[in-house]
This record gives sequence, structure tokens and C-alpha cells, in this order.
Amino acid sequence: MERVQIVSVLLGLCLLGIIFQLIRKNRLLEQYALLWILSALILLLMSAWRDLLHKLSALVGIYYPPSALFLLAILCGMMIALHFSVVISRLTKQNHTLAQEVALLRREVDALKSVKKS
Amino acid sequence: MSPGSRILAIVPAFNEERAISRVIAEIQAVRPPVDVLVVDDGSSDRTREHALASGCAVVSLPFNLGIGGAVQTGFRYAVVHDYDVAVQVDGDGQHVASEISVLLDVMHGRQADVVIGSRFMERKGYKASFARKLGIFVFVTVNSLLLRKRITDNTSGFRAYNRKAIRFLSENYPQDYPEPESVIILGKNGFSIEETAVHMREREHGQSSIGAVRSVYYMVKVLLAIFVDVFKEPNHR
Repeated sequence: MERVQIVSVLLGLCLLGIIFQLIRKNRLLEQYALLWILSALILLLMSAWRDLLHKLSALVGIYYPPSALFLLAILCGMMIALHFSVVISRLTKQNHTLAQEVALLRREVDALKSVKKS
Repeated sequence: MSPGSRILAIVPAFNEERAISRVIAEIQAVRPPVDVLVVDDGSSDRTREHALASGCAVVSLPFNLGIGGAVQTGFRYAVVHDYDVAVQVDGDGQHVASEISVLLDVMHGRQADVVIGSRFMERKGYKASFARKLGIFVFVTVNSLLLRKRITDNTSGFRAYNRKAIRFLSENYPQDYPEPESVIILGKNGFSIEETAVHMREREHGQSSIGAVRSVYYMVKVLLAIFVDVFKEPNHR
């Protein structure tokens, strides 16, 4: 194993370790960790198994294999960012609906209170 | 309108303490009588207190949702309280409340699901800046092409909706700049839209929800939303 391989494998393992630790401490929900774990595993696989990286680069016509690794890393990052945008959009919608429901319910409560008083 | 219809005026208001009391009083003077609901969109001034003092129903959002979220709250209220017709009247006083009956007459007379009060069908003294005229032109063109029906005033918030439209919009209403987009959504989902000429006043207090600088952002965003709507599957009714 070359030095660069050892470093990148260690980094990948580090990332996996951090993710597991976050899940264990309940600070990261499994559904959001899934993409992170997948990305870490892909990067780990690519850095440990250089032959695969070389074959993959040759297959898609990338002359310099490390740039295939960069491409993968960037794609993983973008996938996660897109996933977050989807999640945020959903949360925003739910947040709006909740605010509207709270406002309507508060009005009903006030109305009931004033009926009770009189 | 058919006698016995229950009508709700939805008044979205964000920091309109100086105008709101007059707007409410004006709506309360309308015949046939109309219930008033003020949706206080997270105002930091005394909009809520002024509205409550006028004796109308007030719903206060916990934080500012924007005009779309505020009006949608009104639709939800109308569904829960079983209203037949909802009329949106802006809280800044630019709509002429006595013309609510004009909208209602058109709704009844032409069996429309939605009636839009238009500033541009006849020249009724509305002056617009160049940027605004351009925006208006773009929306007229785009919406006319998409719906094959000419709507002259896509940005007007002075509108009446029947029961069917209220129910639909309480689930599907655009959030930020809802007026032009809602025309498309309604048209695409088979609601009949009619227009009638109304007056509109120059605003007296507060700011328009669209400043000069943001109008480009506004237009790009709304156009994007409109084009996306074209490709969306029709919503469930």
C-alpha cells in the first residue's frame, strides 16, 4: 500500500467513525445518515482498491485516476446537498402548515374562552 | 349572490395598524353583510389590537409567512367555518370594499368559481411605473398563452372565490407572490375565472409587498413557478 492510500483509507474510516458516533448519540437520524454512510463507503472503497479506480477512470475516459476520485467526492457532496434541499423544502411546508394551524387553533381557544366567561 | 350565502372577507395584514381599522369599517358597511377575518401575518405593531377593537375575527400567525401563507390561513378558516364565498381584501386599503358586491354579482351572474377585480379592463385611474407595466405585460402574455384565456390583471389581490375554489386553495396556494401563479393553478385545475373592472386606490401607508429592486427577483421567481406548474401533475381535488 502506498502512503497516499493509507492516508485516504484512514480519512474514510475517520468519516465513518464520526457518522456512527453521531447516530449513536442521537444527534443524527438514520434516514439522514444513510447518504453520508454511502458516500464514505464509496470513497473508502475507491481509495483502498486502486485497481477499481483505474478501471473506472479508463471506462469513462478519465486519464488521471485521482480526478475520478474527486469527481466521485463532488458528486457525493452534491447528492447530499440536493437531499438537504428536498428535506428543507418539506420542513418549510410543514412549518407553514403548523403556523397556520396554531394561529387558527389559538383563535378557536380565545373564542371558547370568551364564551365560557360570559 | 343567492340569498343566505355566507360571505367571508379575508384581510391579510402585515404591520398595517394605521390603515386596518378603516379597511375593516369599510367592509363592515358593505351590504349584504360580510364577515371579516383579519389575518395578522406576524405584525410587530398593533395591527392585531386595532383589528380586535373593530370587533372582527382575528387570526394571528406566530411569525411572518408572507401574503400567500396569510391568505391561505384565511381559506382554511373559511373551510372550517363553512363559508360559501371568500373575498380577499388587502389590509392596506387599496381595494374599495363597496365593490365586493360587484365581484359577487359577477360570480353569481356568470357562474364563475373565481372572480378577479381588474384595474386594467377599463381605465379607472390606476397609474403604474414602467417596471410595473412591463411585469403586468409579461404576466398577461404568459398566462394568456398558458390558459388560452385573457386575464388582464394577474397581480390583483381583490378576488372572490366560491366554496369549491376555497376548498382547493386551502390545500394548494403558492406562498411568496401568489397572485399570478394562483391564476395558472386554478385555470389548470379546471376552475372558471372571470374578471370585472374595479377601482383601486393608491396606497396610503406602509410599503408594497414588492419594492422596485425586488421586482426582477419577483418576476423570475413567479415565472419559474408558473412554468413548473405547467409540468406538475394536476392536483387532487
